[in-house]
Amino acid sequence: METLLPTLLTIITAATPLLYAALGEMVTEKSGVLNLGVEGMMLVGAVVAFAAMHATGSASVAILAGLLAGAALSSIFAVLVLGFQSSQVATGLALTIFGIGLSALLGQGLVGVAYNGLPKLPIPFLSEIPFLGPLLFDHDILVYGSFVAVPLVAWFLARTRPGLVLRAVGNSHDAAHAIGYPVLRIRFLAILFGGAMAGIAGAYLSLAYSPLWIENMSAGRGWIALALVVFATWRPWRVLAGAYLFGGITILQLHAQAIGVGVPPQVMSMLPYVATIVVLVLISRDQNKIKLNAPGCIGKPFHPTA
Amino acid sequence: MLLKLIRRPSPSRAMVWLSPLIALALTLLSGVILFAFMGVDPAGALYAFFVEPLTSRYGWGELAVKATPLVLIAVALSIGFRAGVWNIGAEGQLILGAICGGGIALLFHDIEGFWILPLMILCGIAGGMAWAAIPAFLRTRFNANEILVSLMLTYVAGLFLSYLVHGPWRDTDGFNFPESRVFNASATLPTILSGTRLHLGAVMALAVVVAGWVLIARTLIGFQVKVIGEAPAAGRYAGFSVRRVIWFSLLLGGGAAGLAGLIEVAGPIGQLQPSISPGYGFTAIIVAFVGRLHPLGVLFAGLLMALSYLGGESAQITLNLPLAVTGVFQGMLLFFLLACDVLIHYRIRPASASAVKPS
Repeated sequence: METLLPTLLTIITAATPLLYAALGEMVTEKSGVLNLGVEGMMLVGAVVAFAAMHATGSASVAILAGLLAGAALSSIFAVLVLGFQSSQVATGLALTIFGIGLSALLGQGLVGVAYNGLPKLPIPFLSEIPFLGPLLFDHDILVYGSFVAVPLVAWFLARTRPGLVLRAVGNSHDAAHAIGYPVLRIRFLAILFGGAMAGIAGAYLSLAYSPLWIENMSAGRGWIALALVVFATWRPWRVLAGAYLFGGITILQLHAQAIGVGVPPQVMSMLPYVATIVVLVLISRDQNKIKLNAPGCIGKPFHPTA
Repeated sequence: MLLKLIRRPSPSRAMVWLSPLIALALTLLSGVILFAFMGVDPAGALYAFFVEPLTSRYGWGELAVKATPLVLIAVALSIGFRAGVWNIGAEGQLILGAICGGGIALLFHDIEGFWILPLMILCGIAGGMAWAAIPAFLRTRFNANEILVSLMLTYVAGLFLSYLVHGPWRDTDGFNFPESRVFNASATLPTILSGTRLHLGAVMALAVVVAGWVLIARTLIGFQVKVIGEAPAAGRYAGFSVRRVIWFSLLLGGGAAGLAGLIEVAGPIGQLQPSISPGYGFTAIIVAFVGRLHPLGVLFAGLLMALSYLGGESAQITLNLPLAVTGVFQGMLLFFLLACDVLIHYRIRPASASAVKPS
């Protein structure tokens, strides 16, 4: 019990960025667009949020800046993919390569600066409940946000008209277009949402998870988020489960390194990446399951006059 | 929308080759704006980036040294990309090639022999292939996405190399740096031009360009790659095995990347270090696209990207510009290229008022 609570709390911090990024990417993919640029958007979100924190000292401005930076980067992707009919895979890769370079450039003067992290906002009374209080009701704003985001996205996709239209566009853009839905506009918005969420994920990394800026600090989390969407078979609640599973694996290997289990630290650090592969294999093995759940038009370009 | 796209009856062949040139011009233009924004004289910066590196014999040698791994990997990747097989993990395969080939150099460190270098090359290729075989197997057997698997394996490979040079392979006389022993003469690629670091690997890269062209233009498997990529249904109807093409593409890419990794450690670096590549495996993806997935185009695109690495270093020294500018340039070039490629399939016309409103 003594170590359980701190362990669970660190799992939450490790899972939060994955949750934001994967949830955003899931909505983008639900509209029929595969954006492989999550890693790049996260990094730019991280560096811009950190720079805004450095300049203004305001956490809310910093988070907003990260969100906007992620959305801005995703809009480049959206214009290329939707306007210029470019390959989604190639453009997403370009976005990641560009984002890695851009974030390193923007972060030049920020290496070595450090902050205290985001302030905790304990919820009165609830945070005083033993165990559950500190576990659920004593976090920073972004962790609360991630708790709220999952049911919101689930509700949006399953219960609202715009959510259903978005899924229709992702499942058959030709049919959606024939009915008269603005396919490209909906996809543009879905891509922006994915970018904004990746930006927040990045902001969480540089403001809360390890409150400093290091080049390439996302360390593949953007790609793990992409794998999580497949793992979750495009369902929000499973994204939540997946993010916490991977948060758990990350923390587990850190704890094992700290205790010193006789395995070299580099080998322990491989664990999240290897686990991603294992999970991907387990889920993808059943082709029908993927076909049933994957958006029908994912990755396919749409040209209205074609 | 003020402009609209009209589909060309057939793809424009001229635009296939003009598009990279337009993209390059737009990248340079953006570079000027970027430099002005950073408070650097644009003319001086462009000179430092694209001209200064080539003002010496040594510089030309360096250009070929940097282009070698890019061209090697990109020729092989472009064949996979044509088949729609997205091997994004060439960086990891490069590292495994360096580990396996470099391992031979360390194993026979006290032995001289003409056979050591060929054996290293074989093991380097085999190491890259083995690493690429994992996504190939998981894709063909379990339908796991090769993009994500090959990319995850890149992180694993980097950590593995780090473990080796921090642990069992660390040079005990090396002042505690995480580096292996320096390879001896029989385990080092010979230099072929005095006064430069130009080594035998550059010749291998040229040979791979020719081999890549023969493969794609003159062999059955090359034909199958093209058919499966462009018309999967036709490929299946013809009885071509998608599984075989996936294996072929990934092993080819892995082998080439492994060779590139071995060349790096047996050539310019001369030992194993925690970091042996400035992202050649990723930049090679850009090279493949800018080179139009064609071996000859890849050669030119590889030289261009090599210049961007040299330019980044030269601009860092003379103008104190951050090295990250190189990555930004490379990313921008690929963005502009992807945008310009729309001209291959579409004409751009001003949208007239009477036309159907595009959504």
